[in-house]
Amino acid sequence: MENILYTVTVYTENMVGLLNQITIIFNRRHINIESLTVSQSAIPGIHKFTITVESYEEQISKVVSQIEKRVDVLKAFYFTDKDVIFQEVALYKIPTEALFDNTEIESLVRRYNARIVEVNRNYAVIEMAGHTEETQQLFDDLKKYRVLQFVRSGRIAVTRSSVERLSDFLSVMEARESKIKRECCQ
Amino acid sequence: MESTKIKGAEALMLALIEEKVDTIFGYPGGSIINVFDEMYSHRETIKQILTRHEQGAIHAAQGYARVTGDPGVVIVTSGPGATNVITGLADAMLDSTPLVVISGQVSSHLLGTDAFQETDVIGLSQPVTKWSYQIRKASDISWAVARAFYIAREGRPGPVVLDFTKDAQNELLEFSYEKCCFIRSYEPYPELQKSAIEQAAALINSAKKPLALVGQGVILGEAEAELQAFLEKADIPAGCTLLGLPALPSDYPLKKGMLGMHGNVGPNRKTMECDVLIAIGMRFDDRVTGDLKTYAKQAKIIHFDIDSSEIGKNVVPDVAVLADVKESLPAVTELLEKKSHTEWVDSFKIHEQEEWDRVIQHEIHPTQGAITMGEVVHRVAEATPKSSVLVTDVGQNQMMGVRYFKYFGLRNLVTSGGLGTMGFGLPAALGAALGAPEKTVCLFSGDGGIQMTIQELGTIMEYDIPVKIIILNNRFLGMVRQWQELFFKERYSSTVMKNPNFPALAAAYGIPGRKVFDRSELDAAITEMIETKGAYLLEVEVEQNGMVYPMIPAGTNVNNILLGD
Repeated sequence: MENILYTVTVYTENMVGLLNQITIIFNRRHINIESLTVSQSAIPGIHKFTITVESYEEQISKVVSQIEKRVDVLKAFYFTDKDVIFQEVALYKIPTEALFDNTEIESLVRRYNARIVEVNRNYAVIEMAGHTEETQQLFDDLKKYRVLQFVRSGRIAVTRSSVERLSDFLSVMEARESKIKRECCQ
Repeated sequence: MESTKIKGAEALMLALIEEKVDTIFGYPGGSIINVFDEMYSHRETIKQILTRHEQGAIHAAQGYARVTGDPGVVIVTSGPGATNVITGLADAMLDSTPLVVISGQVSSHLLGTDAFQETDVIGLSQPVTKWSYQIRKASDISWAVARAFYIAREGRPGPVVLDFTKDAQNELLEFSYEKCCFIRSYEPYPELQKSAIEQAAALINSAKKPLALVGQGVILGEAEAELQAFLEKADIPAGCTLLGLPALPSDYPLKKGMLGMHGNVGPNRKTMECDVLIAIGMRFDDRVTGDLKTYAKQAKIIHFDIDSSEIGKNVVPDVAVLADVKESLPAVTELLEKKSHTEWVDSFKIHEQEEWDRVIQHEIHPTQGAITMGEVVHRVAEATPKSSVLVTDVGQNQMMGVRYFKYFGLRNLVTSGGLGTMGFGLPAALGAALGAPEKTVCLFSGDGGIQMTIQELGTIMEYDIPVKIIILNNRFLGMVRQWQELFFKERYSSTVMKNPNFPALAAAYGIPGRKVFDRSELDAAITEMIETKGAYLLEVEVEQNGMVYPMIPAGTNVNNILLGD
């Protein structure tokens, strides 16, 4: 069983301690988290976790069902790179003088579709969005001009499928709620 | 204007009363003292059992929950009080036992300061609970308690922790209570799929040699009658998991015994011979399956379960029926053809006979030598009422207990299955006796396990709890000794035990008892135990080198079964 990179997305209620509940499930199986992004989703009150891990189908499917089993988790899914459109953001901090002394930097910025987000007397900050290999490539190309700091975000992803499984789930649960509440009141 | 505000600690009590809690197992301390103060005001409504250790409290609550089906309630203090219940939480999580555990916590302004008796209870308990939540403000109490009981009892049950800060206990609030009946992120009862029912029925209808594996799901779903109707319509023999044993009565013709490592020969061998294997509310634990690579490869597999994460976790089924078995079994039964598989059902007999000749006969009817464990269990089973509850500790006493006791009642077995917690027995038995006061509760423990929680004799004394305690004393940690004999060249590393005089110890707690050395005294001692009102401790000196057979060595399959001759 060869490991490949999976993107796991988890939708949860906005409650303290969810991150711990999710990470211990990976930890218990000795799976290293490659990247992690957490933010409020499009639906108020629901948080979205995007996690990348090296795993194999049989393992990741079980891990995801264990995550989904947690009471405050609404839904969890796993995807291969083929199933999602994904990006990461990278920031590169370089000395301003390198920018002035080397015209190649400007052409690198153009070639990589990057942009300069801040310039001051001492340093300049370049931002680039892309896949890991792309942001890494720009880093490698900038190295010779001295990169003071380099940081890459975790992955964010949306599915290629036109089925919105979370919304479907929420509408099913909403219908169930009104039915149960009606029964409760009687 | 008259204020109707009450303190958080009182709100907790009112919420517990709303949830119909009648018994609390607990132990007080600094961070929970306000709650205990309120418990004092409500002592007529809610019985308080002060155990002698928090581990005792939680195992007692587990015993109570297992015999009643209602969540066991535990209240302990912060720090060591909370860490002492972790074993019980893990045990309840693995065995799907509903519990609501409330731990005191330091005031919220002290959280994270390493305050006296502060521990990260949420962090510690998350891996071993169905849900854990910290109540930091009084306005959260009703919501959190309602949610805790809903989560503990609905769907696949499990333990829940509420970590209750001291400032929230003292804070004033206007109390109102509404039971929880829905959580949008949690589906306790998955909707039964028609296609799954049809596929399952078709597969069973095509079977020549069907075999059912019955687990605790049937007990939790209270689906005994539904199970029997299912088995009888298609004439399906059944083996039970350890926790599933009381799902069918002992004299039920289609019940073919216990599955797994120390289970019966018939259902284990037939697992490797059946054509359709029907797992009902069980989770294919490694102690049941042994080596998964060779497990039931010849069979089509149907898995009935309420928990979607169990489907395919260990064994990938051909058909999964995801629902409460109380609902799914009758739905499938309706589509079954009335069948009889007489030859197949009768084919268990030869294995039963072999097991009787090679194992059981010597174990329960020995004619010479030291008393055996099986013999004691068998005689106690014969001497006690049909409705008796069996509680065991863990190890040889447990395997002998469950093999040779009797089951007539869905909730009549309390044993630590998944976690295998030594020390579980004595406190679980007292909790079971409190939960089922109309039944005789028999505990079988070993000389090792009983000493892990022996302080609970104090609880039994104080509340006069009628537990019949039978210590099967072989002066060894018997099950480990058995493995050392079989697999470690008889190197008895840390398994020999020098023991106290157990009846004398019981006497110190005012509990009558007796020690039996010789077979000729056994029946009289058992009679004395049963005729004695209240608790009794019977210690039996049993064969030192006794072995539990049959045994399928861990990680192998039934082809490697050991029968001990």
